[in-house]
Amino acid sequence: MTRYLAGRFAQALLVLWAAYTVVFVILHVLPSDPITLQLSAGGADISQLTPAALHDLKDRYGLNNPVLVQYVHSLWHALHGDFGMSLTQNVTVGSLIADKLPSTLELTAVALPLMLGGGVGLAYLAVFVRWRPARTVLARLPAVGVSLPQFFVGLLLIQVFSFSLTWLPATGSDGWRSLVLPAVTMSLIGAAMLAQLLTRGFDDTWREPYIVTAQAKGLSRRTVQRRHVLRNACLPALTLLGIMLGYTVTNSIVVEAVFSRNGLGQLTQQAVLGQDVPVVQAIVLITAAGFVLVNLLVDLLYSLLDPRVASAAGAG
Amino acid sequence: MSTPPTAAAADAGTPGPTTSTSPPVVALAGLSVAYRQGGQLRPAVEGVDLAVTPGETVAVVGESGSGKTTTASAILGLLPAGGVVTAGRIEIAGTEVTGAPERVWRALRGTVVGLVPQDPMVGLNPTMRIGPQVAEAVRRRGVDRRLAPVQALEALERAGVDEAALRARQYPHELSGGLRQRVLIAIAIAGRPRLIVADEPTSALDVTVQRRILDHLAGLVADSGTALLIITHDLGIAADRADRVIVMRRGRVVEQGAPADILLRPREAYTRHLLDVAPALSHAGRVVPARAEAPPAPEVLRLDGIGKDFRLPRGGAERTLRALDDVSLTVRAGQTLGLVGESGSGKTTALRIAMGLEQPTRGRVLLDGTDITGAGWSTLRPLRRRFQLVHQNPYSSLDPRFSVARSIAEPLVSYRIGDRASRAARVRELLDQVALPAAYATRRPTELSGGQRQRVAIARALALAPELVFLDEPVSALDVSVQDQILALLLRLQNDLGIGYLFISHDLAVVAQLAHSVAVLRGGNVTVLVGGYTDTTGPARVNQALSLSRAQAVAGYLLRQGVPAARVRAAGFGSAEPAGDNRTARGRAANRRIEITLAPPA
Repeated sequence: MTRYLAGRFAQALLVLWAAYTVVFVILHVLPSDPITLQLSAGGADISQLTPAALHDLKDRYGLNNPVLVQYVHSLWHALHGDFGMSLTQNVTVGSLIADKLPSTLELTAVALPLMLGGGVGLAYLAVFVRWRPARTVLARLPAVGVSLPQFFVGLLLIQVFSFSLTWLPATGSDGWRSLVLPAVTMSLIGAAMLAQLLTRGFDDTWREPYIVTAQAKGLSRRTVQRRHVLRNACLPALTLLGIMLGYTVTNSIVVEAVFSRNGLGQLTQQAVLGQDVPVVQAIVLITAAGFVLVNLLVDLLYSLLDPRVASAAGAG
Repeated sequence: MSTPPTAAAADAGTPGPTTSTSPPVVALAGLSVAYRQGGQLRPAVEGVDLAVTPGETVAVVGESGSGKTTTASAILGLLPAGGVVTAGRIEIAGTEVTGAPERVWRALRGTVVGLVPQDPMVGLNPTMRIGPQVAEAVRRRGVDRRLAPVQALEALERAGVDEAALRARQYPHELSGGLRQRVLIAIAIAGRPRLIVADEPTSALDVTVQRRILDHLAGLVADSGTALLIITHDLGIAADRADRVIVMRRGRVVEQGAPADILLRPREAYTRHLLDVAPALSHAGRVVPARAEAPPAPEVLRLDGIGKDFRLPRGGAERTLRALDDVSLTVRAGQTLGLVGESGSGKTTALRIAMGLEQPTRGRVLLDGTDITGAGWSTLRPLRRRFQLVHQNPYSSLDPRFSVARSIAEPLVSYRIGDRASRAARVRELLDQVALPAAYATRRPTELSGGQRQRVAIARALALAPELVFLDEPVSALDVSVQDQILALLLRLQNDLGIGYLFISHDLAVVAQLAHSVAVLRGGNVTVLVGGYTDTTGPARVNQALSLSRAQAVAGYLLRQGVPAARVRAAGFGSAEPAGDNRTARGRAANRRIEITLAPPA
């Protein structure tokens, strides 16, 4: 087991390094350089600079060094949590992210339980409701949820709850009231996909021969569901949950735009539009780290939930 | 189809006041069950009467589709989705439960009626340790939560699970099939039910394990006075174990009576058919390869002193498992080598090595004289055209999304042979060879029966016109009467096309029908080689090598029941000499012979 863990951890580090490197390469081959970008951000043009001044500037940013040296240099600094200066705003990338990250984390922290509760709750309803029309509706509901685009759901919620009912604020990022609508919007697709997968998993597991064994013991439907079905059916849903969490930043771009929230998603949007290379690089790395971490946790849970995975891992 | 009771049946011990005075544990009266299918009701069981009294063992025998498993499910109130009782009554322990709410059924399951399900490999929850799974059943008796684990261990021990304390902490995947079946038996007995329904309790297991488990189950039932309802397709098992045998066909009871009567005086043609195909009866203590008089032929495949060690994982100490020790085998062109062994004997490893999927630790593999030991993919790829494989399970070896034609043509596509038209023509030719109508080309596997699927798998294996076909338990997953048809097809294909077969099976009787020579694997070594050119040991040793003595048990049963030895012999269970031709059903029936060494009844 320790060997399995160590292997997984090494893999995670490798993924992070690869993500950093790929971003570095891609941003390096883009047809524009940081100096030009920074100057145009300040309203100036590169042709206004004398070659000597340009050289000085490049020296300051280490752009005269060979690419490999630049790469090692930036990687070394990144390892120490230093992503350099933002090109469009005159602050360090670190402080920019420290400024925006809490708001997005807050949003995710509220959206995740909503997603779990909605998805699992819907799947459980689909198992236990016996009235056929209701069952059919419950089985179709997730498909509807998945096919609604986030921005549309967001606007719809604002229209209903902010403008018509005036229960909740439409925009801003102050207090829990402003969190409700964005969190619901963010959790909807995940909840729907989770419900879809879990309902399917429950249905399939209920058809397994070992469920007949459990029923023949005289266990109640609820006990069979709790002790025999849930654990076997939740494994694919766990994978999905990992993927959905990994998409937090991507999700927050749309949601933060719709609800005008000041978070990582908004920062990403601005950074990409302004070709703010260090910021983009840091965000990609943070996203990758989140993704890797969540999936590492999912893998661990997998081996805890399914003994066959653990033994296969022990053998490999 | 049900026949009116005759005088012969009445005195043969059909249910009645003479057999027992206590009320039945379960009584079915005119039970009919149907399955809802697209708005229509398709009957599965029609008008079945059945009663099991306390302490009695009753066997329900029939092929798949006879309604025997549906009957068992109805007794537990666990009919699959869409199943409904359309007529008749179910009474359990004197209470009518037909159409009773789930709550009533739940109270009966486990404590009054227990179940030993069909397939031990899938009958246990894979994510739960053995102990808690048994304890759940123990708790149904109202046992305290803290005492349940102890009583679960007790149940495991009673079911014959060795090292119960260790097993209780293990997960199902860490146990062999036989052990898992014992765990399922432990679950069934843990609630101390008054009736145990055993649905094909051993058909997924190999012969010796089967026998031990059935013996054990019978012993448990006898000790505790529990009634036992065995559901099986094997009339041999039924006759050997039951006080009463009920033969079912297409949802109806065809014939019932004491096992001796069913065996010696079957009234219905269907019962005689079941007798002919019963695995426990169709082979005797001795097995002689059907076609030992093989003409000399060149070698196609040769395993030369093959050995294989596997490194065992976990633990610091280097441990190895010797799967194969020193195995030498030869398959000749147009002939069949039968490779027989129980599970764990190394059959599968030998097959994988012969196909180049696994490298042997020692020895050489020669294909047509070419050494393919250690050959890489690029060397093997052109050779693979010349040997093909037919899998055990036709339900999983065909892609469910592929049509029959696409499945069969796949090897041709893979080797880029022919164009669309010539491939279609070849598919038609192959369908014809395996006796399937050309119209089946467009069907999908789900529309085919097990036997038809296996025919498609065989056609696919023949597509490249191979010299050698590996048959990995090709009929084990099929009904007995379908087994016969597939074996006949394989025989005809070999005669027509001159293919060599390496036929792997755990059932010596099946192998003997097809083989020119038979090799018995035990513990990674060839213990006996019979037939062909290596007939040095003689068939008697095959007998010793494999305990295929269920037929002996049947004869023993008859003798214990007081049937005179002469009559047992006359019924075809006792002649010492092979009489019939193994290639015909009649001849095989005549060869249902065993040597009886029991003392004649006093």
